[in-house]
Amino acid sequence: MNASIREVRTSATGPVLSVRDLHTWFELRQWGFLRVGSVRAVDGVNFDLKAGEAVAFVGESGCGKSSLARTLLGLHQPTRGEVIFEGRSLGTLNAAERKAYLARVGYVQQDPYGALPPFMDVRRILHEPLIVHGVRSRAERDKRARAALEEVRLSPPEDFLSKFPHMLSGGQQQRVVIARALILRPAMIIADEPVSMLDASVRVEILQLLRSIQTDHGLTLAFITHDLSTVRHFAERIFVMYAGRIVEQAEVNELLNHPQHPYTQALLAAISDPDADNAHQQREVPPGEPPSLLKPPAGCRFHPRCNRMIAGTCDREYPPDLEPRSGHGTACWLYR
Amino acid sequence: MAGEPLLRVEDLKLHYRSGRGVVRALDGVSFDVRRNEALVVLGESGCGKSTLAKALMRLLPRNIAHFSGRMLVDGVETMGHSEERFRREVRWVRISLVMQAAMNALNPVVRVGQQVAEPLRVHRGWSNRRALDRAAEVFALVGVSADFLQRYPFELSGGMRQRVVLAMALVTEPDLVIMDEPTSALDVLTQASIMNALKRIKQELGTSFILITHDVSTSSELAERVALMYAGQLVELADAKDFFREPAHPYSKLLMASVPRLHQEEKPVHIPGQPPNLLDPPEGCRFAERCPSRFGRCDRDPETFRIGERRTVRCWLHAEGTRT
Ligand SMILES: Nc1ncnc2c1ncn2[C@@H]1O[C@H](COP(=O)(O)OP(=O)(O)OP(=O)(O)O)[C@@H](O)[C@H]1O
Ligand SMILES: Nc1ncnc2c1ncn2[C@@H]1O[C@H](COP(=O)(O)OP(=O)(O)OP(=O)(O)O)[C@@H](O)[C@H]1O
Ligand SMILES: [Mg+2]
Ligand SMILES: [Mg+2]
Repeated sequence: MNASIREVRTSATGPVLSVRDLHTWFELRQWGFLRVGSVRAVDGVNFDLKAGEAVAFVGESGCGKSSLARTLLGLHQPTRGEVIFEGRSLGTLNAAERKAYLARVGYVQQDPYGALPPFMDVRRILHEPLIVHGVRSRAERDKRARAALEEVRLSPPEDFLSKFPHMLSGGQQQRVVIARALILRPAMIIADEPVSMLDASVRVEILQLLRSIQTDHGLTLAFITHDLSTVRHFAERIFVMYAGRIVEQAEVNELLNHPQHPYTQALLAAISDPDADNAHQQREVPPGEPPSLLKPPAGCRFHPRCNRMIAGTCDREYPPDLEPRSGHGTACWLYR
Repeated sequence: MAGEPLLRVEDLKLHYRSGRGVVRALDGVSFDVRRNEALVVLGESGCGKSTLAKALMRLLPRNIAHFSGRMLVDGVETMGHSEERFRREVRWVRISLVMQAAMNALNPVVRVGQQVAEPLRVHRGWSNRRALDRAAEVFALVGVSADFLQRYPFELSGGMRQRVVLAMALVTEPDLVIMDEPTSALDVLTQASIMNALKRIKQELGTSFILITHDVSTSSELAERVALMYAGQLVELADAKDFFREPAHPYSKLLMASVPRLHQEEKPVHIPGQPPNLLDPPEGCRFAERCPSRFGRCDRDPETFRIGERRTVRCWLHAEGTRT
């Protein structure tokens, strides 16, 4: 993994986003003042995104995916480490630069049903970010709102501009959320579980839409999901997260065909393709549940559930990032 | 009573009154469930799946416009039962339900063991001790350690709370358990582990299941029979092996093609358009507007045709089959 990071750095295009040793801990207090401990939601994350690539972050509920996304957007202050966008560390930006950054990075937040303000019509929802970012001309704002609606295939735009969120289906609402994320013409989009609340058939449609917008405009797309069965069609690279850390990363087919980390292997083994034989066999599932991020286990976070745990090693020290196959990184002692 | 299915439902309808008219949420549904059989009910959001669950349990909201059909349990017609008799003989006794999002509806101030034991105390007059012992047994069955009996819902993860509500549905040893989206909000590993528990329970206790979900892949972990709903009606009913391998109704075909598969090169397709409004569904086939195989006859409401022994399809394309 380290080798590939250096390679990306020196390549002609360079990463659009680099994340180094990133930690986002939330302080947990009782009665408002008594410090109980820290929730280590993001706990030592490193990666690079190349301009124009689509990547997916996968992992179970509570493993820190949204916290990571929100830290990338500057909505959480990292406890340690840095986020470097187009060569500049977010921590060094002043207020005006920070605002400019938020215009460069579009955000599709988790939970589409809560994402749109119920009292605004679609026109107002789409005008709002333009107003905030200083587009004064109403005609210009309207033009861009229409273009964004066309982009997400809500056409003709007139049919949608004066609608309120409750008048739209879940899939249409999600398109409006995407249109809003696109309206400032960002270089990168971070989409947090953009489809998990939607029906399967609509899901595929929205993912295809995101992917085609991404390729048409050469955007960088980071999407967060816990659905591994869709990622191969909508991302080029996958990062697998467990308890606040990235445990494995590789190009999509490489990762799906040759998972290295026992956690990734367990995830893939638990996914069913529809087949009547499934009903007649027990699936292998690792015991237990993901650890508390307040007091994560020593060593590898997965070791208490791992069937290949090496006593004295995995339960002592966190594994280093290793590269058991070319371009395929994992943090697991099995590959030392 | 050999040969009688455990549950037989014929032409079941449940319509709601609403400010804008009558919502025909469940509009003439027929199927059987045999002993120790698992039927999966699939369909997209709003097609009437939860309404079906409510109708079977006769847990009806106030704004009912119409409720009719036949429902036979072990061959005994129950639609004519008074509420009192239905409660005494059917609901929670023969048939129980895990409601959609039930894991978020646990009583926050009562220990989960007490919540699971409650039906035994209330309906059977068991002592607290005896009911709690039984609750501990059911906890073991669904994969919750007995230590958790003393815990409050907020002390449990989502997966554990879902197992607790499952235990509540099983504690009275019903013949049939209806589960409405029991794992949709959970992670894949938790899902897989709960599906493992259900398979074990089915095998060990001989329980029958109706699993309601929009997740085709996960449904295959339990399904022996599949019923696909569209806009308040059943469009196809078949053995799981036939349905998953060779769906017959055009909607079934599109649905199966829209399911993303881990090891499949082709992209999943999406089904264009939207389901009809149940306030005013079309006269003819309800899927016609989105159907790639639509033809002249589809302006008329299709009959349900039987193909082979075990499959029925509500579609004119299959008019060579026998009428049901
Ligand atoms: N603002 C916050 N304050 C305190 N704790 C937080 C905060 N935000 C998140 N957490 C905690 O951090 C951990 C990671 O949460 P996060 O929302 O990042 O997970 P996630 O991977 O996005 O989960 P999901 O798949 O359920 O969305 C959780 O234990 C969560 O409770
Ligand atoms: N109490 C009610 N009064 C009026 N209309 C209702 C009521 N409950 C449900 N409906 C309507 O009936 C239709 C079917 O709803 P139902 O909840 O059965 O769908 P579902 O298939 O379970 O959907 P989901 O997958 O989203 O849970 C919908 O159009 C819904 O809006
Ligand atoms: Mg999240
Ligand atoms: Mg429902």
